[in-house]
Amino acid sequence: MSNFVEITNLHFQHNNRAIFRGVDINIPLGKVTAVMGPSGTGKTTLLRLIGAQLYPTQGQVLVDGQNIHALNRHELYKLRKRMGLLFQSGGLFTHLNVFENVAFPLREHTKLSDAMIRSLVLMKLEMVGLRGAYHLMPSELSGGMSRRVALARAISLDPEFIMYDEPLSGQDPISMGVLIKLIRTLNDSLGLTTVVVSHDVQEILSIADYVYVIADGKIIGQGTPSSINLDNAGQLQQFLNGLPDGPVPFHYPAKSLQQDLIGGNL
Amino acid sequence: MMSYVQSLGRSGMQILRDYGRAGLLLYRAIVHVPNVRKGFPLVVQQIYAEGVLSLLIIIVSSLFIGMVVALQGYHTLAKFGASQELGPLVALSVARELGPVVTALLFAGRAGSALTAEIGLMKATEQLSSMEMMAVDPIYRVISPRLWGGFISLPMLTLIFNAMAIYGAYLVGVKWLGIDAGSFWSNMQSSVDFHGDILNGIYKSIVFGIVVTWISVYQGYDAVPTSAGIANATTRSVVYSSLAVLGLDFVLTAMMIGGW
Amino acid sequence: MISQRTIESFVGLFLFGALLALIVLAFKVSGLTTIFKSDGYYVTAAFDDIGQLKVRSAVKIGGVTVGEVSNIKLDPTTFKAVVHMNIKSHVNDIPADSTASILTAGLLGDNYIAISPMYSNEFLKNNSEIQETHSAMILEKLIGQLLFKINNSSKTTAENEGVKS
Repeated sequence: MSNFVEITNLHFQHNNRAIFRGVDINIPLGKVTAVMGPSGTGKTTLLRLIGAQLYPTQGQVLVDGQNIHALNRHELYKLRKRMGLLFQSGGLFTHLNVFENVAFPLREHTKLSDAMIRSLVLMKLEMVGLRGAYHLMPSELSGGMSRRVALARAISLDPEFIMYDEPLSGQDPISMGVLIKLIRTLNDSLGLTTVVVSHDVQEILSIADYVYVIADGKIIGQGTPSSINLDNAGQLQQFLNGLPDGPVPFHYPAKSLQQDLIGGNL
Repeated sequence: MMSYVQSLGRSGMQILRDYGRAGLLLYRAIVHVPNVRKGFPLVVQQIYAEGVLSLLIIIVSSLFIGMVVALQGYHTLAKFGASQELGPLVALSVARELGPVVTALLFAGRAGSALTAEIGLMKATEQLSSMEMMAVDPIYRVISPRLWGGFISLPMLTLIFNAMAIYGAYLVGVKWLGIDAGSFWSNMQSSVDFHGDILNGIYKSIVFGIVVTWISVYQGYDAVPTSAGIANATTRSVVYSSLAVLGLDFVLTAMMIGGW
Repeated sequence: MISQRTIESFVGLFLFGALLALIVLAFKVSGLTTIFKSDGYYVTAAFDDIGQLKVRSAVKIGGVTVGEVSNIKLDPTTFKAVVHMNIKSHVNDIPADSTASILTAGLLGDNYIAISPMYSNEFLKNNSEIQETHSAMILEKLIGQLLFKINNSSKTTAENEGVKS
């Protein structure tokens, strides 16, 4: 089994705060890999590192065998055309309607005729079930719909690799179900390699082939969804089952309450 | 004591880093020659957003400014029995100073702040990042057309401002205060020089156009992507642009009067 | 969303308006006429002293502007100022023996050239020269002459009185 992305010994610092301290992740070709972890552990940062929007302080990221942070601009942009990244907010262009949003990468990177672009865009919109909404502006879409439009846009250039940043956060159960189904079916029908970053444990476990759990800048657990549930590491179980207190304390690190109340000055 | 020196050094380095980043942004956006097929429509759209949509405020303010200058000037000149010189007074003050400066200030408030807010919001809503991930460089696709649009729009707006302000002065001076139309125009023509007065004003407005658009675009591109950050950036863009316009106006005037 | 075509038309109108403004500023405000070759004809006149006369100063007959100064040069042999004037083409019957004088508009106004017509049947043509000229009145010179005369007259009266007494 070959890997599309190989991350070895990744370190990343932001404002003197270590976000990753030696992370190794392999993303196998053609599978759905989930990266989970509590909020603030840098899951979005991980995707930006893979997309070379950020540069690591140490370690390397191989995408399709190339060290993406060593590429020059031209090669990087060529590689990015083969990747799609779905941002948490969707990142739709608010001044363009749904059709033009999906057509945007095609118009930028291809010289296809308008008729050709029209059919391609309608096909992509059909896949996410929003062909009827092609004329709407992003402001008229619900949260779930705008993510589906963003998804259609991300796949409009037929990438080989797609990354989802928190695709499920803030969605109602129905659109969550729709998105979960889309992630899986797109992966299988288009032969994509998929990375999903999320903290919606149960939904993601239902579609992922392989799972990584990150906390405190390190990998605290990995495996297939069935094997990871059997892992007994305390922090991992706390995260997977959503326990309020455990190895990850309920309280943000602080002096003892007594000291704080008597000492007075913050 | 040392900590003051240190903080001075740190803020100095921060300022230098900001200037460097702004310079790089300008360099990358300008060096990129807009692709005719794709870039031209984008620049046209930006001229529309920055120039055409600013026309109303420019025309209304220029008419009023011309009228006020004429009214004030007439009463002052009348004391010296020189009310015939109203035409030159208005034309010279508008073409040399008021036109370029006031247009640039209005442009900073109307179009510059909109640029900053728009780019800042595009950044905050991850539109710029997703563009990058689609292998489209936002500096070429978003920043460059906005810069060129501003560079072109401001001198055009200044020309229109000048003409409208002089028309406003004509309305007040000739139609209302009863100066002879012939002497109004002929005195103006004999004392206004096309190169020394009108063209120098336009050169000023070209410089202002570059500076104001550059500051606005950079503030948006560099904004902290939160609502407070964008609010700050918008304020900064208007304040910095206005200060830069007024300061540069002095420098440019000194250079032009000194004959370079 | 406004269509690209509408945007383009508005931008076109905008640029056209700006161009129009430039034309107005150039011709109506700054009186720029040198770009186009004017249709008038040129005459010259040599003055001893032109005072504050400048290029584009007015040329008038009886107070009516009939042309403007197009060029001023120094004649290297006679050290006179040779003034080229551009007279409007419809004013084509100025007698050839007319005189040109440099006058001042008001006490402190600009200098202009006043042409006083005479009675010849020949008219000024392109490149003809006005022979009879009167130089500018220089205020400083006038005051100097005045002071000189006052001094002289007071001296002579004093002398006369001295002789008498």
